[in-house]
Amino acid sequence: MQISGTPTLITGASRGLGEALALELGRRGARLVLVSRSRAALAPIVQRIRDAGGEAHALEADIGAKGDIYPLAGAATALVGPIDLLLHNASELGPTPLRLLLDTECEDLERVLAVNLLGPFRLSRVIAGSMALREKGTIVHVSSDASVNAYSHWGAYSVSKAALDHLSRLWAAELGERHVRSFSVDPGEMDTAMHAAAMPDADRAILARPEGVAARIVALIRSNTTPNGARVEASATGAQS
Amino acid sequence: MRPASAPRPRQDQERLLVIDPGADQFADYRISDLPEFLEHGDALVLNDAATLPASLRAGPELELRLMSRLDDGTWLALSLGRGDYRVPTEERGAPPVLSAGAALSFGYGLSASVRRVDPVSPRLLYIAFQQQGGELWQALYRAAAPIQYAYLRAPLALWDVQNAYAARPWAVELPSAGKPLRFETLFRIARRGVTLAQVTHAAGLSSTGDAALDARLPVAERYELSEESALRLRATQARGGRIIAVGTSVTRALEAASVSGTLRGGAQLTDLRLGPGSALRTCSGLLTGLHEPGTSHFSLLEAFAPRALLERSFRHAQRQGYLQHEFGDSCLISKGSLSGKRALEWRQAG
Repeated sequence: MQISGTPTLITGASRGLGEALALELGRRGARLVLVSRSRAALAPIVQRIRDAGGEAHALEADIGAKGDIYPLAGAATALVGPIDLLLHNASELGPTPLRLLLDTECEDLERVLAVNLLGPFRLSRVIAGSMALREKGTIVHVSSDASVNAYSHWGAYSVSKAALDHLSRLWAAELGERHVRSFSVDPGEMDTAMHAAAMPDADRAILARPEGVAARIVALIRSNTTPNGARVEASATGAQS
Repeated sequence: MRPASAPRPRQDQERLLVIDPGADQFADYRISDLPEFLEHGDALVLNDAATLPASLRAGPELELRLMSRLDDGTWLALSLGRGDYRVPTEERGAPPVLSAGAALSFGYGLSASVRRVDPVSPRLLYIAFQQQGGELWQALYRAAAPIQYAYLRAPLALWDVQNAYAARPWAVELPSAGKPLRFETLFRIARRGVTLAQVTHAAGLSSTGDAALDARLPVAERYELSEESALRLRATQARGGRIIAVGTSVTRALEAASVSGTLRGGAQLTDLRLGPGSALRTCSGLLTGLHEPGTSHFSLLEAFAPRALLERSFRHAQRQGYLQHEFGDSCLISKGSLSGKRALEWRQAG
């Protein structure tokens, strides 16, 4: 799909991969709505995109809060029009240091599922109806290799991402006939604040830069060859399906 | 006819009264039967406007209802006085008289000033919000509530007043003809080879509680028909397919877009009124709610079917317990819909 002029919504856009995706898509002329729990945190990113001649707007929302979803979708479409590109990037690790399932509170799992699974479902449900009607749209789910591997201590996050991958496949199965595409992308290990919270002792030198990963995800979005519903690894070794 | 007093949980069970002006007949169906009445080559056109929370409170004495957004970014708004949605609009207290320059504060960081007062009524105000862009829309969604209706058991949440396929929040009241449509039904319609198309129409207030003002409704409302949709609908016409409008707002928009004789895409304002004797250039059928004689909606239906048939079929609907208003049942008015097999079934049914 063409990025220039495309109404686009990115959740979790204030830092890390979300910030890098915003800058990459902004540079390519997308009409951006950036979402985070803090508008103030988005302000410098919006400013950078505007200074470079792009279009970006900041909206504050908690993707895990049911009551925030319709207002977010309404405000976003009021600003840039019906959304054609939706990136579910916001993510919740749960309490850190990460803990064993037996030490995980049910409420912590609920919160992780609310942000990483229910929120993307709710937001897609509001936005993808218009995509299905118009036969146009792409939904991207940011996943993790924890969605396919059972790493000790990653339980809540891991479960949420496994379900998110399958949610992505199901959207593709149901909306493919209406030409709506859905992917999940495993970005690999990146040098981000979230990675530092999960694995504070990691060697940052071997972690991928979010800018490079964002560029590969945008290449995937632009390409028309990736099968609908695919789970794609966009790690530093190159995008592959 | 009784109103539906709450949003309906199982939309596919809602009733569909099919009216065939060609056969001078009507028959009872379910909304999930709608695909049966559309054929390969037809088009179904939906209003994809989302519903804005358009009711703002500036203290206990003043409610403002946003009516329409103007090109310069100001809004036409209606003022209402003391009382909430449980009080019928016509029984609400008189709102304070505001003049140009008056400052309004709605909480949640949303504020506005009155630019001017419409000469027709001191209740019609042109206001400008002080916020812009993302800040404005975020504050508006926090401060405002959907417009409420006195016949409902409980207040409506924002999600209650959205159609499943809605996008831009241009409507201030739910374009309710689309409310019973689930994607299960829409996909079945598309699989029959029926084109789904959309217009965005800024459906305005249905009532002000003031007879003199109501007589002026609908005020000019903006709509947008994309070039792509216009192209697809012209192709429908060229192959002899029928264009079925979902709702009176879609009918007004499509007929306004074809006053020149050719259906044209673009963004326009329209105050087109349709009624008995109006020549329809684009719409061959209409899916809508059940509207009572005497309303402007009923007049519009008379562009599709003779009054006698409408009255006869609506009396039947009333006896059968059909529900009306925002969350009510539906009717499809389309020539030829009950001819052949279906008319026979209907005669057998009684």
